[in-house]
Amino acid sequence: MHPVTKTILQRLGLGFVTLIVVSMIIFSSIEFLPGDFGEAVLGQAALPETVAAFRAELGLDLPLHERYLDWLGGVMTGDMGNSFSGRGASTGGDRSRAVVELIGPRLENTLFLASMAALIAVPLALFLGITTALYRNSIYDRMVNGITLTTISFPEFFVAYILILIFSSFFKVFPSLANISQDATFLEQAYLSALPAITLTLVIVAHMMRMTRAAIINLMASPYIEMAELKGISKSQIIIKHALPNAWAPIVNVIAFNLAYLVVGVVVVEVVFVYPGVGQLMVDAVTSRDVPVVQGCAIIFAATYILLNLLADIISIATNPRLLHPR
Amino acid sequence: MSSKDQGYSAADEVSQIKSRRTLLENIWRGLKTAPPTAIFGLIVITFYLTVGIFAPFLAPYGEAEIFDMAYAPWGGDFLFGTDQLGRDILSRLIYGARNTIGIAVTTTFLAFLIGCSLGLAAAISQNWLDHLLSRSVDVLMAIPSLIFALMLLSIFGSTLINIIFIIAVLDSTRVFRITRAVALNVVVMDYVEAAKLRGEGLGWIMRKEILPNILPPLVAEFGLRFCFVFLTIAALSFLGVGIQPPTADWGSMVRETAGLIQFAEYDITAALTPMLPAAAIALLTVAVNFVVDWFLHRTSGLKD
Repeated sequence: MHPVTKTILQRLGLGFVTLIVVSMIIFSSIEFLPGDFGEAVLGQAALPETVAAFRAELGLDLPLHERYLDWLGGVMTGDMGNSFSGRGASTGGDRSRAVVELIGPRLENTLFLASMAALIAVPLALFLGITTALYRNSIYDRMVNGITLTTISFPEFFVAYILILIFSSFFKVFPSLANISQDATFLEQAYLSALPAITLTLVIVAHMMRMTRAAIINLMASPYIEMAELKGISKSQIIIKHALPNAWAPIVNVIAFNLAYLVVGVVVVEVVFVYPGVGQLMVDAVTSRDVPVVQGCAIIFAATYILLNLLADIISIATNPRLLHPR
Repeated sequence: MSSKDQGYSAADEVSQIKSRRTLLENIWRGLKTAPPTAIFGLIVITFYLTVGIFAPFLAPYGEAEIFDMAYAPWGGDFLFGTDQLGRDILSRLIYGARNTIGIAVTTTFLAFLIGCSLGLAAAISQNWLDHLLSRSVDVLMAIPSLIFALMLLSIFGSTLINIIFIIAVLDSTRVFRITRAVALNVVVMDYVEAAKLRGEGLGWIMRKEILPNILPPLVAEFGLRFCFVFLTIAALSFLGVGIQPPTADWGSMVRETAGLIQFAEYDITAALTPMLPAAAIALLTVAVNFVVDWFLHRTSGLKD
């Protein structure tokens, strides 16, 4: 077998195992809920029969592994159970909603926001990273470095509120609340998500740019680049022909790492702008301790994170010249 | 030799008794060569610590003292106004330094206690324990830590002890990785082998043979880890699932006063109220990052 195929298959297998183990952790977390949460969820006034029915619905009378397989099968086929909220005896009857129904439309919004931020951030960061590496220690380099070091240290909500203050309170360019309705057109949605997307961009550009810069500087110091310079090849040729093939792996890693970071950043930013996404849903569910919804959101975030990292690994393996041209 | 150097004698110089510099002198020498950013960072950190330690003497009012003037403007009795319940913002900022930094430092220490001891044990033993720990850390790191923390908090509840333990355990995975990585280079040294042959126990080898030799990267990591923990706790509090009221804490202060920002065109100071705690968080992280940068530069001998 070609060494590249072999390594990629190994990596895929490892990613699959990680996904399974993570899903086990997320599932079994419900086991640690203190006390009998049947009564906690349904309220003090719940009848014993209702509590028993609720326990049976959650399958608490079955052994753990059976419940896990059941749940995993449900998640695979798009059924994550029903939410805890809306089940209280006071609301009268069962008004809980399917977790998938809650997450579905919000996932679209979150993906829209994340891809908008990524579309601005990735080219910008690569441009800044490469130019600062080429003009190292110039005033331009120092300025960009100083600014990015500062934005890295800022909490997301600080960046967000500064932007709101400038672009929404002083100059009424963008709305401060991103209340996107179901039937908003693409342009409307893009306009409403402008500030959240810019916030996310500012947060990840700094990381991405610094890592790209470090990767390129590291590369330019290697002996074969010096050799190419001594041969008298022009600078652009050195970069395109000699540096870039080896730079793909670190750059792709940087991008994927930061897109995965978006997954986390999106939670805080969505709450600041009241953006109807999965992050906000998760925070609300954590506050009301609605475990099925929390689990559903957690598995989506974790799976995205793992898949992005897996993708980065595979791309960096597939573009590695040392593996592509084995001796 | 030129005439200038006539007074010089190599024998003289060699015969001079060299006294060892004291720790204070070393610190002073280090500070003199520090770049302005690092000096700035050190000043800011000292300021925060002073404010945190002497909070009860510096704050004009109590941490949770409520006055019947909600959303009071800046100036007058309340320098930065009051919040939605009528609590003095300045006093809460000052107590916030104590609570927020105190909790973050405790959490970071706990994370290092767990991460370092497990990392060292894994690096020294290099058997099933190493494999077990490394694989578990891989899995834990596959879940973004904020998401994991949110999930665990929804299950265990947002008490202070839970927050400290959950974040410490999640962050100890990063500490474990770096400790194990740097310790692996030291474990193969002859003096560690000699200590093993001498029959020293695991604890001795960890503390006396390896730890002193991997300290610089760990100290730098401590600074960076503190920033991460500090920002994570601030984010959780901002989301309303972290430190619970009435404890004054910067993250929750931003959340509580955030609504004021829409009054920017009528009263700019009102809009700046939620910015104060947010800026306090940002300034401290910037300061710590500056100092860590300088420390790394010095200890690694990097000259760029």
